[in-house]
Amino acid sequence: MLDIETIRSEFPALGQNVNGKPLVYLDNAATTQMPVGVLEAVRNYKERFNGNPHRGSHYLSVKATMLLEEARTKVAKFINSPSTKEVVFTKNATEALNLVAYSYGLSSIQSGDEIVICISEHHSNLVPWQRVAGLKGATLRYLYLTEEYEIDLERAKQIINEKTAVLAIAVMSNALGTIYPIEKIVDYAHNQGAVVVIDGAQSVPHLKTDVQKLNADFFVFSGHKLFAPMGIGVLYGKESFLKDMPPFLMGGEMVEYVTEQETSFNELPHKFEAGTPNVEGAVGLGAAIDYLSEIGWEKITEHEKSLTKYALEKLSEVQYLKIIGSKNLEKRGPVISFTLEGCHPHDISTIVDMDGIALRAGHHCAQPLMNYLQLPSTSRVSFSLYNTKEEIDILVESLSKVRGWLGYES
Amino acid sequence: MSLSSLYTELILEHSRNCENKRNLECATCTKRGYNPSCGDDITIELMMEEGKVIDAAFSGDGCAISQASTSMMIDLIKGRTSEEVQKLVQIFLGMIKKEIEKEEDLDLLEEAIAFQNISNMPARVKCAVLAWHTLIQAIEELNPQS
Ligand SMILES: Cc1ncc(COP(=O)(O)O)c(C=O)c1O
Ligand SMILES: [Zn+2]
Repeated sequence: MLDIETIRSEFPALGQNVNGKPLVYLDNAATTQMPVGVLEAVRNYKERFNGNPHRGSHYLSVKATMLLEEARTKVAKFINSPSTKEVVFTKNATEALNLVAYSYGLSSIQSGDEIVICISEHHSNLVPWQRVAGLKGATLRYLYLTEEYEIDLERAKQIINEKTAVLAIAVMSNALGTIYPIEKIVDYAHNQGAVVVIDGAQSVPHLKTDVQKLNADFFVFSGHKLFAPMGIGVLYGKESFLKDMPPFLMGGEMVEYVTEQETSFNELPHKFEAGTPNVEGAVGLGAAIDYLSEIGWEKITEHEKSLTKYALEKLSEVQYLKIIGSKNLEKRGPVISFTLEGCHPHDISTIVDMDGIALRAGHHCAQPLMNYLQLPSTSRVSFSLYNTKEEIDILVESLSKVRGWLGYES
Repeated sequence: MSLSSLYTELILEHSRNCENKRNLECATCTKRGYNPSCGDDITIELMMEEGKVIDAAFSGDGCAISQASTSMMIDLIKGRTSEEVQKLVQIFLGMIKKEIEKEEDLDLLEEAIAFQNISNMPARVKCAVLAWHTLIQAIEELNPQS
């Protein structure tokens, strides 16, 4: 069991009041709060070791380089990457996906090829592929969902075929909370000769990640959804792909020799890290990984599952509330979307905000999904290891007053 | 800003107003406004004749604030010339930014004065101004020279 009191005390942001009420932070799928271990690691780096890595031989530059590479080693171990060469630091998941789309996609996808994504993709794993498809004359195709918000595997087998050049898919949907049977789908895509790009932005904070077991060709995530600062993300890519891919951004750090007319590029992963990197971000990410490892996945998963189970039960009891997503605990993570009849999600979030509750309203950067489900928007709560059942009670209590505020009798 | 001063009876009533939420049969001008942050999506239809708003209506979907603001705006502009409409929009947007000092100017907004304090709720300002921005765009498209 998690010692939730201790855990909460390690997150300074959780101790504050919002609108006169203790903060109930239920927007973890958007971004997580940071524990003191991470805050201190970042501060320590800035106060004592701030230097430009890879660019000088003085003490601070060497230190910064070491810390950056130490963070890379931690990330590699965390996702079970076979080597640090395959771990590229980016700004966030979005940049990592753009890197793959522009560098791999534009150089490998041909006219007539097909790119397959799921209808629930976040815009960051959708718009870049739309662009690549448009530029290369390829077709963007979608995997659709069943009534239970799961991928329709039978249909998927028709959509993923020998024309599929790339399959890009999230392990867990940020709008629905569904965890897809990703290994099955990856296997299937590989058998058809497709390259597989996996968006782990939502899964990485909740599920143990093993890029080798997943057999991902590319895998991306963002640090800020994993207790690290904003502005640091990760692209894992198999060396066999990365080594032949053209650089994404050009500049310092990513080069070997530069003459007036020609440049040879640095080795992996530096070829994809142009410019001064976000060392404090990487240090923070390393510290966040240490923090998670110390607690251990077993406890985290158990706690988050019990929160999800409790929330699904309690939310189902709220009148006029409809959960948009799978009710099967085995097929979902701690992200729950819902609608409340007659109430717009934006009004709901304003009303519960007055009770100190942070939840998300809108299309969750998944407009094609919303269109497909014929919903203009939903409300979403998302839990992290520091949330409690008491917070879910506060949420449910607050939600049950929303219709009253909006002028309904009950 | 408290919830009771935001979700007033007047605003709630307008947010469910069906009279202004319809399609115009002979609209001379249609403009869609979208608020990507929260998904408010409205389409304003105007029937103009000799520079005057003969009829106006809206359709779409959005939060109570965006819907009420649109409905109040539609009540306000019917029968006005496009110059008058433009002036009213400027006053409304000015009011939101707390730039309008004269009471008489605010009074011109009639019920829409209900949004006077929305700037105390920054997350909702976009909802309140969406219709008004959309209307200005519609009018500008009608009179490109002005
Ligand atoms: C599934 C998924 N993919 C990608 C992203 C993009 O993450 P970022 O904005 O950090 O690049 C998000 C963030 O909301 C997400 O939920
Ligand atoms: Zn709104």
